[in-house]
Amino acid sequence: MKCQRCEKPATFHITEVVDSGVVELHLCEDHAREYLAQNEEPEPASSPTLQGVLAQQLKVQSTAEDLARLDQQACPVCGITFYEFRSAGRLGCPHDYVCFEEEVLPLIVNIHGETEHTGKRPKRGAGSSQQQTDLIRLRREMKDAVEAEDYERASQIRDDIKSIEEGA
Amino acid sequence: MEINDLTDRSGEWLRGSGPESDIVISSRIRLARNLAEFPFIRKCTDADRLSIEQSVHKSFDRLCDIAESFYVDVSQLETVDRQFLVERQLISREHAESDGARAVAIDTGESFSVMINEEDHLRMQVMKSGLDLESAWDQINQIDDAIESTSTYAFHERLGYLTACPTNVGTGMRVSVMLHLPALVLTRQIEKVFRSLQKISLAVRGLYGEGSQAMGDFYQISNQITLGRNEEDLIKQVSDVVPALIEYERHARNYLVRESSKDLHDRVSRAFGILCTAQTISSEETMHLLSSVRMGVNMGLIADIEIPTINKLFIHTQPAHLQKLRGVELDTVDRNIERAMYLRRLLQPNADDEESEKN
Repeated sequence: MKCQRCEKPATFHITEVVDSGVVELHLCEDHAREYLAQNEEPEPASSPTLQGVLAQQLKVQSTAEDLARLDQQACPVCGITFYEFRSAGRLGCPHDYVCFEEEVLPLIVNIHGETEHTGKRPKRGAGSSQQQTDLIRLRREMKDAVEAEDYERASQIRDDIKSIEEGA
Repeated sequence: MEINDLTDRSGEWLRGSGPESDIVISSRIRLARNLAEFPFIRKCTDADRLSIEQSVHKSFDRLCDIAESFYVDVSQLETVDRQFLVERQLISREHAESDGARAVAIDTGESFSVMINEEDHLRMQVMKSGLDLESAWDQINQIDDAIESTSTYAFHERLGYLTACPTNVGTGMRVSVMLHLPALVLTRQIEKVFRSLQKISLAVRGLYGEGSQAMGDFYQISNQITLGRNEEDLIKQVSDVVPALIEYERHARNYLVRESSKDLHDRVSRAFGILCTAQTISSEETMHLLSSVRMGVNMGLIADIEIPTINKLFIHTQPAHLQKLRGVELDTVDRNIERAMYLRRLLQPNADDEESEKN
């Protein structure tokens, strides 16, 4: 069978369902592609990205100066800046939910429409979150101290880490 | 047990059994968890990633109590093996392509996998054939408890399980069902269906998750909201829409039979004919044709092929699978030849004596 629009063999057989019934089309690859491209409906608006939702929210919430100041803020535990979070769409540590609460909570409401977890909880409870936050911070400080070749401070921090780990 | 033992087989979710399995391929639930004493992946040092991997590895014995499992150091795998695990849906593309210490624990029946150091420290998933979210939840709940027995999760009294991305916070749970909807695609009603799903905050993705195209008319429907509803509610939200989708698809199939049965039969037969005789064929064309054949088998238009065989072909004709099955690295041109040969062998086992000598 030949393509209905040129001399090439028809390799695509398209069945169109229209209001008046069914329309058959026999097309070569090139014409099929052309036909399908013009018929394609626009992609459904894919769900907005986290970065997009956040950008929208910040536009409403703050002035350019506020945002510049906010971007500089860093989490005392993992060191991530707000700028890094909003460009990457990923947080740096559990403590970010606390230290960026003012921005993250409205974002959570935007996404989920809720702020209360009602599902499963860990059986052993949340642990002592202060200690775990300290561990994240201390490990980072130790790495910084080693990089700065401040070995005295590094060994001090290592002892602190050990005492928390053993106490836990 | 190791990766190579998986090659010839097909996973639990490809069994092609279970309720409504002509349309519902599989049910999947995943949980995202993080260990409280480490930063999220983005801020992890190499040493942190290694400590996380080692710490979770300790709970491996407890996973084995749930089902016999094996542990794979993903960072040490060849590219083709990582790609193989992606095609098998046992790890994500992100996990395959990232750097640093990372691993996956997989049960030998391939119904669950636990990825370590993915976007979150832990991404665990359970897959079941057909529509079976309840037993998927039972099992993932056990796996979560088993890992928690040796770890402390990052958990917030109000916000629930804390995740690297706030889109997963709360339950950290994504419930999805994978559906085969060829007739809704053919009758061009699929967009309409998707738009209505989006309105009730359900997401639609392709076969390989986020950003992947809907290859072979496979679609994953999943919850978008993870906070403020409990696990049972989230499961219900997804499973409640499935009967309607099945109904629409069946309706569209009946419509095709009623209005253009010859064309439908022709389309299915031609697809089958090409798959049985092609000498070189791309992965994309294979998926496209297999989709027609799968629908044809389910509608009784093609006899003598079992659905599990078709399900298996969707996965086994993908690039890494072909190379693993053949045991050599192949470029695109050679893969297309190998794929055609493999299809001929599985679909027409007796017609290809000449080829069978080579194998």
